[in-house]
Amino acid sequence: MSAEVVRIAARRPTRRLFVHQLRAEQLVFWRSREAAFFIFLFPLLLFVLLGSVYSGKFERVPVVWAVLAGLISYGCANTAFAGLAIQLVLRRESGILKRLRSTPLPPATYVAALLASTLVVFGLQTVGLFLLGRALYGTPFPSDVGSFVATIVIGAAVFAALGTATASVIRSAEGASAVVNFILLPMAFLSGAFGPTKGYPAVLRAIGDILPLTYLVKLVDAVYLHGQGVWTQPEALLILLGWGLAGLVFTIFKFRWEPQAR
Amino acid sequence: MPAIEVSGLRKAYGNLEAVRGVDFSIEEGEVFGVLGPNGAGKTTTVEILEGYRKRDAGEVRVLGHDPARPGHDFRERIGVVLQQSELWPNVTVREAHAIFAGYYRAPRDVDEVVALVGLEEKASARVKSLSGGQKRRLDLGIALVGDPDLVFLDEPTTGFDPQARRAAWEMIRSLRSLGKTVLLTTHYLDEAEQLADRVAVMRAGRIVRVGTPAELTSIEQQTEIRYRQNGEEVLVRTDEPTRTLAELTSAAVARGEELEGLQVRQPSLEEVYLALTAEEDETAEIEA
Repeated sequence: MSAEVVRIAARRPTRRLFVHQLRAEQLVFWRSREAAFFIFLFPLLLFVLLGSVYSGKFERVPVVWAVLAGLISYGCANTAFAGLAIQLVLRRESGILKRLRSTPLPPATYVAALLASTLVVFGLQTVGLFLLGRALYGTPFPSDVGSFVATIVIGAAVFAALGTATASVIRSAEGASAVVNFILLPMAFLSGAFGPTKGYPAVLRAIGDILPLTYLVKLVDAVYLHGQGVWTQPEALLILLGWGLAGLVFTIFKFRWEPQAR
Repeated sequence: MPAIEVSGLRKAYGNLEAVRGVDFSIEEGEVFGVLGPNGAGKTTTVEILEGYRKRDAGEVRVLGHDPARPGHDFRERIGVVLQQSELWPNVTVREAHAIFAGYYRAPRDVDEVVALVGLEEKASARVKSLSGGQKRRLDLGIALVGDPDLVFLDEPTTGFDPQARRAAWEMIRSLRSLGKTVLLTTHYLDEAEQLADRVAVMRAGRIVRVGTPAELTSIEQQTEIRYRQNGEEVLVRTDEPTRTLAELTSAAVARGEELEGLQVRQPSLEEVYLALTAEEDETAEIEA
């Protein structure tokens, strides 16, 4: 029995290691109250709050639907970008990443499991947002589930790439949270994740026009609010993927496994 | 076949030559100590052997592998305790061991390892609640859980109180009885003396002596003779204290002088070590 188990494990070490690390990442994530609160719960709380203050219509749909769409996009940036960047910096600076490098766990498998774990958290958060919206404000579920899932997976991948890139430039654990939120919160306002930017000054809208979150908000709005397919927004999709590619390339050249601040 | 073979190893960081031509070999099952002050190049040497850093020159074999290209099989067979590292603060001691055990093909039993490093009572405690000494034992536990053949310990007791050091020493001795090869760095002479079969003393990127602790402390044990002459302090080091002293004293008696403050003494182990490591220490502060 146990010999059989060992042989199967030996045949597919990468898959076994991936599943093992994914479970470890989930354990580590949910054990940390700070992570569970600020990364997972915060967008849900923000939705309950914002959903209760807005009423009326926006682009022919109830405004609370738009609030939900915006917070899904914000949740994506919050989880895959901010959460991932902060966690990676903390782990790098505490020596966990360096320590893991000396084990047989391949770096690619580690990164894949970490991204999958981030996606699990964001997926649960999105489900939570829909359930809360349904219960409190009568918001619908997405009509085109395939397009919706594709949208949030693309969004999570792009923001994860930007998160790893940002982790590469942050040099100390102390500064990680401040730097990341200094990027995230203005981006969320300027991109329309917290509400329409139509009334903003032109200069702020111009800044918003280059931010990746603007295009994720556009995609989620199109897919969720207007029932369009994800492929109907090629411009937004391309800009988003361009940001993701830039983040990935930057990460490949600049990411370090060993503590920097010493 | 030796577990580790190093010859002509060199490594520079910019203009700083951290390791300048190091040779040694470690037999299987041997506990080998690398002793030296901070900045001697110990950590750089060990991190090259662990596969963390690329060498500039020299030949290195670790368990038959070149650690500059550390493969899966190499990683399966080594255990590493870094000089400074922490683990996820919110997992328990047992969970941390289980996570690391999962990386290896044939790990040891998790509870057995937790017991081996003396953390049974802390098995359900979160990592962040452990004391410094307990965290270091956790580091050792996760280094052993993959059942490695070779264990690297980089300054395993730095910052420990005396009691915690004794406990750590006991644990490191138990590695020998498990048949592991151990490479240990330390800047404590007594630690090297207590634990290592052989010791290499490192200074400024070079190995200045290699031998058993007994050999190291028996060499260079020159006797010191001190006295004052015309108000000046005089120090004579000699291998033949009886004859030297007789010559000095008879000459002084012939001149009708007194050798003021005459002292004859053996330098301590600590002084031998300091003499070996303190000279022209130009690469100090590299490791920091």
